[in-house]
Amino acid sequence: MAYFIPTAAEDVAPAEVAEVDLYHPHSFVTKYVFSQDAKVIAIQYSFTAIAIGLVALVLSWLMRLQLGFPDTFAFISAEAYYQFITMHGMIMVIYLLTALFLGGFGNYLIPLMVGARDMVFPYVNMLSYWIYLLAVLVLLASMFVPGGPTGAGWTLYPPQAILSGTPGSGAGIILMLVSLALFIVGFTMGGLNYVVTVLQARTRGMSLMRMPLTVWGIFVATILALLAFPALFVGAVMMSLDKILGTSFFMPAIVEFGELSDYDGGSPLLFQHLFWFFGHPEVYIVALPGFGIVSDLLATHARRNIFGYRMMVWAIVIIGGLSFIVWAHHMYVSGMNPYFGFFFATTTLIIAVPTALKVYNWILTLWKGNIHLTIPMLFAIGFIVTFVNGGITGLFLGNAVVDVPLSDTMFVVAHFHMVMGVAPILVIFGAIYHWFPKITGRMFNQTLGQIHFWVTFLGAYAIFLPLHYLGLLGVPRRYYEMSDTLFIPESAVTLNAFVSVVALTVGVAQVIFLFNMIWSAYKGKKADPNPWRATTLEWQTPENPPAHGNFGPELPVVYRWAYDYSVPGAKEDFIPQNVPQEEVPNTEGGLGLPMPAAHQPAE
Amino acid sequence: MATDSGGSVAQPDGVSGFVSDWASDQRAFKNVPWGKAMMWIFLLSDTFIFGCFLLSYMTVRMSTTETWPNASEVFALSFGGEPIPLILIAIMTFILITSSGTMVMAVNYGYRKARAKTVMWLLLTALFGATFVGMQAVEWTKLIEDGVRPWGNPWGAPQFGSTFFMITGFHGFHVSVGVLFLLIVARKVWRGDFDTEKRGFFTSRKGRYEIVETMGLYWHFVDLVWVFIFAFFYLW
Repeated sequence: MAYFIPTAAEDVAPAEVAEVDLYHPHSFVTKYVFSQDAKVIAIQYSFTAIAIGLVALVLSWLMRLQLGFPDTFAFISAEAYYQFITMHGMIMVIYLLTALFLGGFGNYLIPLMVGARDMVFPYVNMLSYWIYLLAVLVLLASMFVPGGPTGAGWTLYPPQAILSGTPGSGAGIILMLVSLALFIVGFTMGGLNYVVTVLQARTRGMSLMRMPLTVWGIFVATILALLAFPALFVGAVMMSLDKILGTSFFMPAIVEFGELSDYDGGSPLLFQHLFWFFGHPEVYIVALPGFGIVSDLLATHARRNIFGYRMMVWAIVIIGGLSFIVWAHHMYVSGMNPYFGFFFATTTLIIAVPTALKVYNWILTLWKGNIHLTIPMLFAIGFIVTFVNGGITGLFLGNAVVDVPLSDTMFVVAHFHMVMGVAPILVIFGAIYHWFPKITGRMFNQTLGQIHFWVTFLGAYAIFLPLHYLGLLGVPRRYYEMSDTLFIPESAVTLNAFVSVVALTVGVAQVIFLFNMIWSAYKGKKADPNPWRATTLEWQTPENPPAHGNFGPELPVVYRWAYDYSVPGAKEDFIPQNVPQEEVPNTEGGLGLPMPAAHQPAE
Repeated sequence: MATDSGGSVAQPDGVSGFVSDWASDQRAFKNVPWGKAMMWIFLLSDTFIFGCFLLSYMTVRMSTTETWPNASEVFALSFGGEPIPLILIAIMTFILITSSGTMVMAVNYGYRKARAKTVMWLLLTALFGATFVGMQAVEWTKLIEDGVRPWGNPWGAPQFGSTFFMITGFHGFHVSVGVLFLLIVARKVWRGDFDTEKRGFFTSRKGRYEIVETMGLYWHFVDLVWVFIFAFFYLW
């Protein structure tokens, strides 16, 4: 079988896959509501995720009010506080970050960036969104049932998650588990589409090693999700059975309110293993798309090819693989066999190697670059700073001996908010600003964007840097209040109040972002089709924003990698991926992978 | 699918051939249609679900302090006095494995576009699958009559009933869904949808005879999973 990776127009081989006709919508409902177009589905996913994320943001304000000013707000009871914590964590990690990165950016960017007209099975893709919406609605419904939503903490550890002393241990926990199971079913439908589209539906010339790193990040993250979510699914099914039918998968014989319960012989540790076998890859499900997107933002806005593209790809793949064998570092204090701690500490620290490699490559990409401090670039650099910060505290917590004293303190809260809260959110903001002109066809307001960045970035540090200190003092996490605890100094109390004031301010400041996006989508000035002068295919579409089918009558052919910036001898300082070598005669051809001899066209 | 098999280019051998296949443009797996690739990846994900179920079963079986009921006694049936251990499950397993064979025949005739024969083998497969689920219902009934419940049983660890009903139930659900789709695919073949390339309702993509093979992948997977469930539940 002959196939070529073209660098010049005469190399182009015939398409291996015949063009498939798209489903063409006829009515408003099929165009914008039950749409099969990945771009519309992406926007639906993003709006839903951001909406539920705002709910979680408000919950975090309520928590901060209680922590900063205990005994002040009568409506925040201890039960309510635990419910806020649980819902805040679960919504942010799964319903916001996972859905927005994979369902939102995945749907929008994968077909456009690999040169496909749509996802491979658009109908299944549409179902994915509607089941996700159902999962979100079930989650919201759990806030309005008797007893309220579950207050078991986002990790939902049994036995306390289903014992009657825990808030929301009735309908709340059941709806939570149902919602998670629905989310997983819906995600699987979308995830299969993303993976198969990347593997099997790329355009001519788009080899794997010419894909933008954004696609690589989303692709590997989706594979992780398809393999990690099953563990959560199984955990959710078994815990529902424990709760509803009275089975004893996770429940040992236990005394509840002075009476021996009917449970007998289950293993609470089993749930923790299942949960973290999902939970740790989940960290990278959120991080890997961020890694990919940041790489592309840095390269585009610093006008430099990404440093060490191959290494960047392999680092993503290796981090993805390693993320499956580190889960029990979340369980050093769980009572599992201490010898496990040695193994999991080792694997955890090994992950630092490919991760650090990525950070060095980002910095080397910026090195001597023509750095444009645009809004997306600011957010990308902000990501590197917060990610390094959170990554380094990760080294502390990855060591079993250091983790034991720090476990369940505010240090842990500071660590994971820095590394998988603030860092991915900064990427999301950067990515929204970067692709906003493509999605809406209009430009956002620069001044508002600047204000938004600086308030968010500096605010995030003002919130989470003190939490590291509080954690080292020994202030525990998940405590409703700790007014007269002897070892906690007065300074910790005032620091908590400071953090709360900043958190509320930064939270409210997000209105600037929402206003900027909504106002600019209607009133912003018309954007250039390629305002950042980027090389990737989504900026080369005939219409802006891209129409149904993405690329007009002819699919683009790819002749080069995604990072031909500041090319010596080129007319402009960049060469889009779909420009053949003949059209840029004074440059070196086919950057990226050297073409293997087998792919040279026959004489 | 249009495939180009010009053969004008020499393929590198061994590992570098493998790598250049993967790194080439358009498709990582040459000649693999989208639906089939998607089914393989779905099955990989589903493997993790069954894997987690079975590992959980092993964990609770080890963590429970009570004795585990003896499988060869619990699953025995008596015909004329003498209990025969595992007799029902042996027949069920035989039927399900046989159905994999009939599925292979259906795929074979599907690619030859022999519609009547394909339909016949598909229906036979569905019949075997339905028989399996029916016999599973008999087995469940007998256990329930013996007093096995998800929360307890007369012989020992309560996890015996809970894992048994959960895992065989989840597998039986897979078989039932498979039977349903076998009937749908059989109907499509019978109507000639794959000759006219009629669009599928679910995928909105044109139907081709590869769908019979994709269906077969799922069916063989369900069989393979059963082999593990059989080994871990009935032989351990």
